[in-house]
Amino acid sequence: MTVRVGDAAQAPPFQRAALPLLEDSQLRKNVRHATGVIQRKRALVAGELSDWQQLRAAASAIKQQTLRHLDEYLLRFEAACVAAGGQVHWARDADEANAIVLALIRSQNASEVVKIKTMTSDETGLNRALEAGGVHPYETDLAELIVQMGEDRPSHIVVPALHKNRSQVREIFREKMGLPGLGDRPEDLTAAARSYLREKFLRVPVAVCGANFLLADTGGVCIVESEGNGRMCLTLPKTLIAIAGIEKVIPSFRDLEVFLQLLPRSATGERMNPYNSIWTGVREGDGPHQFHVVLLDNGRSGILADAEARQTLHCIRCGACLNACPVYRQTGGHAYGSTYAGPIGAILTPQLQQMRHSQSLPYASSLCGACYEVCPVKINIPEVLIHLRGRVVEQSGLSAEAIGMKAMAAVFSSARRLEAAQRLAQRGQWPWVTDGWIRSLPGMFAGWTAVRDLRAIPRQSFRQWWRERQHGR
Amino acid sequence: MAAEAKQQILARIREANERAVRGKETPVPRDYVHSGGLDAASREELFIERLREYDASVTVCASAGLASTIGVLLQDRGWKHVIMAAGFPAAALPFGFEFRQEAEVENSDLDACDAVITGCEVAIAVTGSIVLRHGVGLGQGTRRFTLLPDRHLCVVRAEQLVETVPEAFALLEPFTNDPLTTISGPSATADIEMTRIRGVHGPRFLEVVLVR
Repeated sequence: MTVRVGDAAQAPPFQRAALPLLEDSQLRKNVRHATGVIQRKRALVAGELSDWQQLRAAASAIKQQTLRHLDEYLLRFEAACVAAGGQVHWARDADEANAIVLALIRSQNASEVVKIKTMTSDETGLNRALEAGGVHPYETDLAELIVQMGEDRPSHIVVPALHKNRSQVREIFREKMGLPGLGDRPEDLTAAARSYLREKFLRVPVAVCGANFLLADTGGVCIVESEGNGRMCLTLPKTLIAIAGIEKVIPSFRDLEVFLQLLPRSATGERMNPYNSIWTGVREGDGPHQFHVVLLDNGRSGILADAEARQTLHCIRCGACLNACPVYRQTGGHAYGSTYAGPIGAILTPQLQQMRHSQSLPYASSLCGACYEVCPVKINIPEVLIHLRGRVVEQSGLSAEAIGMKAMAAVFSSARRLEAAQRLAQRGQWPWVTDGWIRSLPGMFAGWTAVRDLRAIPRQSFRQWWRERQHGR
Repeated sequence: MAAEAKQQILARIREANERAVRGKETPVPRDYVHSGGLDAASREELFIERLREYDASVTVCASAGLASTIGVLLQDRGWKHVIMAAGFPAAALPFGFEFRQEAEVENSDLDACDAVITGCEVAIAVTGSIVLRHGVGLGQGTRRFTLLPDRHLCVVRAEQLVETVPEAFALLEPFTNDPLTTISGPSATADIEMTRIRGVHGPRFLEVVLVR
């Protein structure tokens, strides 16, 4: 089995990838503006609901309960979906999911598909797999269209093109849609996308979508969107293929009354997003003739096996933690090198890859806790980050740092050893001391003194002074 | 291979849960607000306010005046090619206009018409939402019926209006076999610089007639 999360396995460490992005002032301005707007709106509409905390507690408990019986809920969903005329497929990893989708498209003799925004398909690298198989995917979400035409990568799970401003979008559309006279007002750009895509909606026979929620009791699927491109894709083409992570299942239709209050307010700061579609299987005379759901594991069952970190799978992909994160707000999403950026990406990406790649991501945080506070399903992201840092250290075995830390632990755990070490250091420090300060240290300690000065170790420690005082000397 | 994938995923889930489930299972706390406390008049006020915040237009009328209200709206807006959803009560439509029937139109007609008229199943005041249930002959249209046109006129009766989201889902639960669409204002995007733009792919104009 080969788990893949976009190109995260090949991405450079966060701390290195972030450096050039921090120098891109246009990008930082775009990200700061967009995240600022959503954050303010979110705070306003979340604050409007007197029962916000009760809704969060309910959502968290529903997700916990679901994961506890995930096997049963998935089987229940499958049975109900099949009974309503849908077909369910199971994919262990990204390649298996892509192969299933490609085979389904080929069975319809289609060479094009329209796509609703699905981060899960970015995770599996579906577009590349389809192109390699001779099928052209058209992204239909405005932001995803911008990313696709700009040969770019998504930088936010809800607003994937938030790093681009209007004139950058205009340049992309001018070139790729062949519209040299296109203006740069958001209205002009949106209208261009509308007319470019409408013809595709009416012509292309297969659509690919993700899923916000799979309903175990009815076999229904719920898609949450704003533009209407989702409704187009799941209503007009003859065949519809949904690709969904196994954690997207919730026990019942009624649970939507909780999630559909939390998700729009957290994601875009709206009381409700323009459109939610909920449907079950296929319906004669309305919508596709064939409906498929591909249930994707791709490392999720591995996350489930970690008692401290399995809450990662509660995520409903609202993006609130990205907008709230002081690190994300500086670097934008590309530094994370993954489909999933920001605090949730920092815990989800390495875990999906069994901690074999993206080990730098748990360190891409100041642990300030803003992400936990805004999370609508109460994922304690800082706690998971620390837990994962522990796993990274465990994994890395005996590095110089680890040996050093072990030695430090031994020294600090005994008063006798501490004093002996202090005496040694006091005597040995002279080559680096000037006027009572240590301003630069050699070797692996250089990083410490690069940004701060240390007081030299004094001739007498507090403990020595105390002892002498007690003995009345 | 397909069956093997399913069995393997299920086995991995069971193994993981055996290893990592901690603590006793407790019931989901559902002490969030279920039903609202507003009287009918304030509920309608709230609904109207929320719809207008989404840039939807709202007209209020009495039940007896519905047909004439629709007539005035069509006249004012200059809408001539109007299509009614299958099962929408003909008595609610004004005289002197020609309405085409849902059953006789193609996608291209929906694309080109001035407006479509539907009823709805439930409406939610707090979120300014209308919910369509796409069953046969319910007067709420198929899914494409309210998607391809540029203007959607939706008749909401006061007795269909609830205050909260949980109240709406309680009413919808018996109908989960039918496709459901919740609509909150005209289609919109904020993908470019977080500027809200109306009407990307769905109707650009949502016209609600609230009948009390």
